[in-house]
Amino acid sequence: MRWSEAALLAAAISLPSMAQAPAAPAARFVVVLDAAHGGDDTGGHSGNWTEKAFTLALSVRLRSLLQARGIEVVTTREQDETLAAEQRDAIANHAQAQACLSLHASLSGSGVHLFVSSLAPVQPARFVPWKTAQATAVARSLGLAGVLNSALGQAGLNVTLGRTALPVVDSMTCPAVAVEVAPDPGSGVTATESLNDAGYQAKVAQALAGALLEWRQDGLGESVHDVSRKGARAP
Amino acid sequence: MIPRYQTVLFFVLLAASIIMGAVLWQLRDRAEQRRLQAQASTPTQAPQVAPAVQATLMVANDVDDSMQERIFSLPLPPSENARARAILGKLLDLYAAPGATHPVEGGSSAIAQVFLKPVNVSATGGARGRRAANAAAAPEMAVVNLTSAFAASHPSGIETESLTVLSICATLHANLPQVTEVRFLVDGQERLTLAGHADLTRTYLTAEAAPTAVVGAAP
Ligand SMILES: [Zn+2]
Repeated sequence: MRWSEAALLAAAISLPSMAQAPAAPAARFVVVLDAAHGGDDTGGHSGNWTEKAFTLALSVRLRSLLQARGIEVVTTREQDETLAAEQRDAIANHAQAQACLSLHASLSGSGVHLFVSSLAPVQPARFVPWKTAQATAVARSLGLAGVLNSALGQAGLNVTLGRTALPVVDSMTCPAVAVEVAPDPGSGVTATESLNDAGYQAKVAQALAGALLEWRQDGLGESVHDVSRKGARAP
Repeated sequence: MIPRYQTVLFFVLLAASIIMGAVLWQLRDRAEQRRLQAQASTPTQAPQVAPAVQATLMVANDVDDSMQERIFSLPLPPSENARARAILGKLLDLYAAPGATHPVEGGSSAIAQVFLKPVNVSATGGARGRRAANAAAAPEMAVVNLTSAFAASHPSGIETESLTVLSICATLHANLPQVTEVRFLVDGQERLTLAGHADLTRTYLTAEAAPTAVVGAAP
């Protein structure tokens, strides 16, 4: 459903379930890491391997790499706990981040799968419907996916880029990409062995961290209102 | 000594029973004949005997998150619901075959039913059947009822689950162009996700399931 400006305004007054779009672009650079699943929701699993444990480990690894480079990181979970999509989105949207990564893993496919919301882009407004809040950031999310894609590709990883409807990502107001890590096609081991390989995990995390550094340097995470300040900060 | 009228009554009743027995026997025979004749004249349910028709399958590939168009000649039943089910069954048979580009267990038995119904008709509308008959090219929604065994054994992941959902949508649209919307049920019930990721609560638009743009659903 497309919302006209008038309908959006009316809805903003009447509906309580609204996400407030970031009012002013933040000067700081914040990255939100959402380790998908957790607690009762194991995600994918096979034998001893669970997606929820993998995503948490990747989130912790990536947080360390980013913090070491002076990037402020907000994580949706630091332990094995059940979190609703709304809780994850509340954390992410409160952080007013310049990049949000929803981390997943799958035993199917190969390499790293990147997904951007399939919502059609809309102009940023003061109030946006919670369920489709990502529509205001989709253009920047596609930009972020492009930077992640080239960094992962340069690291020798097989990358696929797609668009899909994921409730957690669709309600984020930040540039957001779902990152699904699949087994390394060239590893010659089983899918779980490949995902359990610390070397492979480090390679993926380092490529993601490198991409987020580039995203910060290029000032691409900032919203359209902030573009004028980009020149002053870029080297 | 048995009274005469009782003897007469006995023979009359005996004769009546024999006649009734004979009539019943004949009626049973006739009913059996009618049943056999009806069976011979109605189209058979077995797809093997149905005429072969070209069907377009949009076959998913996990390696590059894509769909490839493949044409098959399939014996398809005339009813649209049964036809849609048979085509999707073939698609899932490909996914269950060894060396599949999008490996998923289950095969054709994973599709319990497919129902086609006109789009934008309220659930309480009484003229559904008549409207469907009148408007052959009117947009239709396909309701695909999957088995819980299929959902339980489906690999978990954003890419693999999206590809199953989108290839079903794209395959339906390729063969039944009037199908513009698709909804999924599992064992007749609404379900949150296929295997933890692909949203099954929403209505998927087949126009957005094109092979060149692997994208999702209506907001
Ligand atoms: Zn996941």
